[in-house]
Formats: sequence, C-alpha cells, structure tokens
Amino acid sequence: MLDKFDIQIREEKEHAVIETEGYLNDALGEQLAEKAHELIQNGYTQLVINLEKTSLINSIGISILIEIIEVLTEREGALNFCGLSSTQERTFRMMAIAKYAGIFPDEESAVANL
Amino acid sequence: MSSEHKVLLTIPMYPDMELAAAKTGSVLAELKDFNEEAIEEIQLAIIETCINASEHSQSDDKEVHIQFLVTDDELQVKITDRGVGITADTLDGSRLLGRPGVFPDLRKRGRGLQIIKALMDEVVIESSPDGTTVSFTKKKTAE
Repeated sequence: MLDKFDIQIREEKEHAVIETEGYLNDALGEQLAEKAHELIQNGYTQLVINLEKTSLINSIGISILIEIIEVLTEREGALNFCGLSSTQERTFRMMAIAKYAGIFPDEESAVANL
Repeated sequence: MSSEHKVLLTIPMYPDMELAAAKTGSVLAELKDFNEEAIEEIQLAIIETCINASEHSQSDDKEVHIQFLVTDDELQVKITDRGVGITADTLDGSRLLGRPGVFPDLRKRGRGLQIIKALMDEVVIESSPDGTTVSFTKKKTAE
C-alpha cells in the first residue's frame, strides 16, 4: 500500500536539489525538512524540490514545505518546485505557496530560474 | 446499462491508514473511468477528511467509517467519526493556525477543508456532539 519512501539530495556548486519519493505526509515531510535545514546550514540557500516521484501530498506535508519557504526567505534564499501534478500545482496555488516559491514543470527550468 | 457499487470501509486512526481509504476511492473511480486528475483529487479529499477525523474528533473508538457509492456519473464519499463534533472555528480553520508564520497568507494548518471544497463538486458537513460526517461528491467529466 505505501509507496517507496526516499529522499535524494544533489548538491551542485550554487544550488541543491532535493528529490522526494513517496507519500509526502508528516513523516516524509519531517525528513525533508531535516535535509533542507542541513543544506541551508551548509550554505545552500538556493534550493529545488523535485516532487515528480511524489504522487500524494497531504496538508501536513504542505505545511512543512511552507516552513522551509519561511526559513529560506529569512535568509534571502529561493526555493523552486518542479514535477508537480496538475492537482498538486492547483493546491499549491490555492495555499499561496506559488507567491513565495516558483513552480516549474521540470528540474532544468526550476534550476535555471533560481 | 447503469450500475452502482457501494463499499463500506472502517479504518483505525493509525498513521497512514488514510491511504487505504484513498486507494479504495481510487479503485472505484478507475472502475468508472474517471480521469487521472479527478482520481488524484478524490484521493486527496479522502486523505484530508480522514486526517481531520484522526486529529480532531477525539473519538473513543478511534475509527473512521467510510461509505463509497460510485455510479456511472459520480462518486459519493461519506466519512464519519464518532467524536465530539466540530465547531465553527475549526470549520474556518482559525482554531488550527498554530504559531504565526512569516507570511500571513501562508497559513500552515487548517487548510484541509478548503482543499476538499475546492477539489470536490459538492461538500456537506454535518456535526453534532456525537460525531461528524463529511460527505462529498465528485462528478465524472467528459474527456
């Protein structure tokens, strides 16, 4: 029943990409937040979160993404999302996430627009 | 020929059990050829309703009861808990805000019902001190 549950990090010179796999709920969200905070502490303030392999995101998962946006904004950083389904994108826009973070169809454009 | 299918499901309030309900809704919608986007919306509405029941109902039996009714044209889902009921401030999310965030419009919690109302065609909430039932309907759209 449960999707595979994983987080991959790719650290580049000036940005980092976090790729999640599985149901983005409180459990995966907390792991994601931990990884994001580690990256931020290590000086990465330009982040991309790739949600292509995350088919479902609940409102608790979204609240954790909002916390990451807040931390990055306080440090004058930037966060772009990519790989969202149309329903996920609609939900993000409804929750005003699109006002503070970019939403792009693929990782290449998300990185290019940081 | 038109046909309908009714499924009754009871899940315990354990972490991730909402996925069992979401999967059931997904299978029934697939059976009637709902499109992929509608199926994802149905799953998300079920997940948010079950999470609300688990987090806020304070029910003694720690169970969520779900009734699915799918026809050729629509899927109806009725999600019931036997908790203490919900209040107006829970319905509008103001009781669930938590600590203030950096951006006032980026409200972290209490958005589940807003999501459900946005994604479903009809939503009805009935609540009393004996429990809460959230009913919603997703109509099948032509491709």
